Amino acid sequence: MKFDISRVVELIAGDPQADRAVPPTGFTARLTLFTAGAMAFLAVFAMALSFATGRLADRWSSELARTSTLRISAPADQADAQVRAALAVLETTPGVAAARALTPDEQRALLEPWFGPDLPVEDLPIPQLIEIIEDGTGYDPTGLRARLQAEVPAAVLDDHTRWREPLIAAANRLRSLGWVAIVLIGASTGAMITLAAQAALAANAQVIRVMRLVGARDIYIARAFVRRFTLRALAGAAIGTFAGMFAVWLLPSADVAGGFLTGLGFQGVNWLWPLVIPPLAAVVAFFATRAAALRTLREQS
Amino acid sequence: MIDLDNVAYSYGGAELFSQVRLSLAAGSFHFLTGPSGAGKTTLLKLCYGELQATSGQVRLFGEDAAMMDRDAVAMSRRRIGVVHQDCQFLDHLPLTENIALPLTVSGREADAEANLGDLLGWVGLRNQAAQFPPQLSGGERQRAALARAVIMSPHVIIADEPTGNVDWEMSQRLLTLLVELNRMGKTVLIATHDMNLIRAAKSQVTTRVLRLKDRRLMQAGGEL
Ligand SMILES: Nc1ncnc2c1ncn2[C@@H]1O[C@H](COP(=O)(O)OP(=O)(O)OP(=O)(O)O)[C@@H](O)[C@H]1O
Ligand SMILES: [Mg+2]
Repeated sequence: MKFDISRVVELIAGDPQADRAVPPTGFTARLTLFTAGAMAFLAVFAMALSFATGRLADRWSSELARTSTLRISAPADQADAQVRAALAVLETTPGVAAARALTPDEQRALLEPWFGPDLPVEDLPIPQLIEIIEDGTGYDPTGLRARLQAEVPAAVLDDHTRWREPLIAAANRLRSLGWVAIVLIGASTGAMITLAAQAALAANAQVIRVMRLVGARDIYIARAFVRRFTLRALAGAAIGTFAGMFAVWLLPSADVAGGFLTGLGFQGVNWLWPLVIPPLAAVVAFFATRAAALRTLREQS
Repeated sequence: MIDLDNVAYSYGGAELFSQVRLSLAAGSFHFLTGPSGAGKTTLLKLCYGELQATSGQVRLFGEDAAMMDRDAVAMSRRRIGVVHQDCQFLDHLPLTENIALPLTVSGREADAEANLGDLLGWVGLRNQAAQFPPQLSGGERQRAALARAVIMSPHVIIADEPTGNVDWEMSQRLLTLLVELNRMGKTVLIATHDMNLIRAAKSQVTTRVLRLKDRRLMQAGGEL
């Protein structure tokens, strides 16, 4: 990688004489600038998507790791006995690390968003909740349900790890899709720049012929094109990247209850990541143009 | 310098010439004549590696042209100055940069300053230095092409009708330049229809005149 970058730097600082020999073609210049800009803009969004879904998946899997709840709805006089019976069952269930009944304060806190802070939980016939924490291996929910049905008929097992798992998997897959999108964007940029470079080479066939007749080596001729396309891709991608970052920055910020869409953005040092897009675009343009030029020059001989 | 051994060439179908043997020794001065369409330009292209012989062997500076890679061809062209029949300039560059192009592409643009002034004077193009090739007359273009061919101080100078569009006086001046270069040890090969030019050359240097006709290359007869 270090080698490539020094080559790119050498090209940017390099021999402008070769450039003068090849006249600029306005059409391919604009095409390259536009493509690099548009692709960089899209890459910023793909990157933001990857980071956002990554954060989401991490939060879901860590906050909700290996917990589930048991809900007991029983008449007030039987409630205590049912809770004790349920705890007894849970204690002997393999895969359960700990189980405990939520205190009235905790239950009030859960209901506070709907009923306000002064709800007399003790006097209401609301279900008692038991928090279950699994150990590394986890329990078998079907077996546990069967046992509870027999011994604590009022208990309902709410197994959120199980229903969150597919969501976490989906978020992780979305994150990979974001990276796949970035790779595809890079590949399309390379393909477009290859086409633009080929158009420029074809338009300059006579110039290339003359340069050859006076003893120019392929690499010298190629360099004039490579230098130009690399700089254009760098400039276009820089514009596209900053436009994309600005657009992401304009999105509404994530609130606490943050859904997925409102969380689309960069946080902290992750804002630096999009800055790798312009140099990356330049590297892609460098190799795409170089390959196209050397191939075309071989064919034109 | 350049040797052709039993060379044949055909553009796809019919054979243009065959059994061509030619040896350009260092410091020799050759003319190549023959009717239009006989293949003079084609033969010259074989001599500077733009075309590859259909059969037989072409050796450039002792190397088999068919075996040379692309960089080697480029390098050998730096040792052969060529005046093309159709001149071949870069129309978007002024004359001075066109003439200096062989130096530029070989990374010696620094040498251009020193050589350009004298050379432009010699071919009578001082006043046209800043003009672009399409603004020049046919004769001016040919003179510029000759200047470009010699600026690298090549070992071999190959010129295809270098005096086709210039008046007698100018063609004498260009010939003097070529004769002068030949006396310095350069190998010269000129394709031309101009018998007067050949006669004028014969009075100044030892030349050999070759004739391409009926698909064969021969020593020219005594009509000169
Ligand atoms: N690229 C090409 N493809 C096919 N045929 C060609 C090509 N170039 C030349 N020819 C043919 O080869 C023949 C010889 O061409 P060439 O230019 O070598 O002739 P010449 O002797 O230089 O003629 P002139 O004196 O008019 O310059 C001509 O009949 C021409 O039509
Ligand atoms: Mg000809």
